Amino acid sequence: MSPRLTLAVAGRVLRQLRRDHRTIAMLLVLPCLLITLLWWMFHDLPGDRFDTFGPGLLAMFPFIVMFLVTSVTTLRERSGGTLERLLSMPMGKGDFLLGYALAFGLVAALQSALAVGVSVGLLGLEVQGSVALLVVVAIADAVLGTALGLFVSAFAQTEFQAVQFMPALVIPQILLCGLFVPRAALPDVLEAISNVLPMSYAVDAMESLRAGSDVGDVWSDIAVVAGFAVVALVLGAITLRRRTA
Amino acid sequence: MPAAVDLSALTVVRGGRRVLSELDLTVPTGQVTGLLGPSGCGKSTLLRAIVGVQRITSGTVRVLGAPAGSRELRSRVGYMTQSPSVYADLSVDENLGFFARVLGVGPDAVARVRSAVDLDEFGSQVVGRLSGGQRSRVSLAVALLAEPELLVLDEPTVGLDPVLRVSLWALFARLAQGGTTVLVSSHVMDEAERCDRLLLMRDGRLIADDTPAAIKRAAGVGDVESAFLALVEQEAR
Repeated sequence: MSPRLTLAVAGRVLRQLRRDHRTIAMLLVLPCLLITLLWWMFHDLPGDRFDTFGPGLLAMFPFIVMFLVTSVTTLRERSGGTLERLLSMPMGKGDFLLGYALAFGLVAALQSALAVGVSVGLLGLEVQGSVALLVVVAIADAVLGTALGLFVSAFAQTEFQAVQFMPALVIPQILLCGLFVPRAALPDVLEAISNVLPMSYAVDAMESLRAGSDVGDVWSDIAVVAGFAVVALVLGAITLRRRTA
Repeated sequence: MPAAVDLSALTVVRGGRRVLSELDLTVPTGQVTGLLGPSGCGKSTLLRAIVGVQRITSGTVRVLGAPAGSRELRSRVGYMTQSPSVYADLSVDENLGFFARVLGVGPDAVARVRSAVDLDEFGSQVVGRLSGGQRSRVSLAVALLAEPELLVLDEPTVGLDPVLRVSLWALFARLAQGGTTVLVSSHVMDEAERCDRLLLMRDGRLIADDTPAAIKRAAGVGDVESAFLALVEQEAR
């Protein structure tokens, strides 16, 4: 692996994105609009439900969006022949994957900074812990989404199939992450499953930040999410084959 | 001079079908070798095996003295796939610039290959808005970037107007004069005349391996297409 190659890939991915104005607008504006919609939904209700659900949603956006964007772009790269061409050149698999993770991680940082800014600055989201850490959690989620997207793109032949991995892999995580039913209150089997899903830790981290719990807890949750991302990247690297049938 | 490519008993089975069957052949260094045959005869699979991106069933493929696909070959072999493997949402220069960085060659290489494929006026155009022929020339330009010792081109002249085709064949001849080995596939038999040497393929097997003149002489006909037909008939008998 070499920084030159990793940066070349990251730079190219960002350049492709820069030419696609509509996608950029959607990446940056949609999360802000959705979080505003959530705030509005709870507006006439008593209590602080926006504060309860907001951080969880902030954890989900980057994960979902980056999962979708990455699985479709890397599928295009596989089916369009550019991946084969790159792998016949002096390009490391790790460089390819890290380049993608770096590019989309940067986009996610921007996306999360905006969404967190709107939530805390305009919508009055109450966060006891560090707002900057909120963004760090969001970036970790985004990298996880990117890594999983890279991995699943190996198992899809068409873009339709790639998009179907979202209900298969993402929605169960959203349902079981503790946002709808506290994880401890889930049936034992589901709780056990939720314990091995990365999104649970992302939402836990956000919850700790909201409640202002120990910063150490937040970092250990972030470490779990990052660990999942590394595993997904390694699995993704295994699916990149220089020789194919 | 040792051969640039040396295959022995190469067999590729794909999806239960024998695409290449016990193929033995060599590609001489510093010449333009044409790989000709009808669509589906195994040309692309053979080229992919030489580049080292095809999983092979048995046999050996040696390229420039090393096993095909080995690390040291990755910047010494230029490969152009049949469908243009470039990024449709980037400009010509952005594509070339990216692949140049991957290959570790300077920005002057970008200008060199862009004019070699006659796309000087299109540097800032987004590839997706170019015609099919222009797109495949961008893909060809990428293969030329690292000034490879072996150039493997899968149907580079499909969809090009005759003037452009002539200019690309002239480019291949120039490259070969400079010592590059050029292996070009085509299903258009009249392009065969422009090659120093021909490999005629049918159903995953080699039916002729000689100079165009020798192939025509042996078949007693005036053009390569008739020679191909004569060879096929001979086999059937």
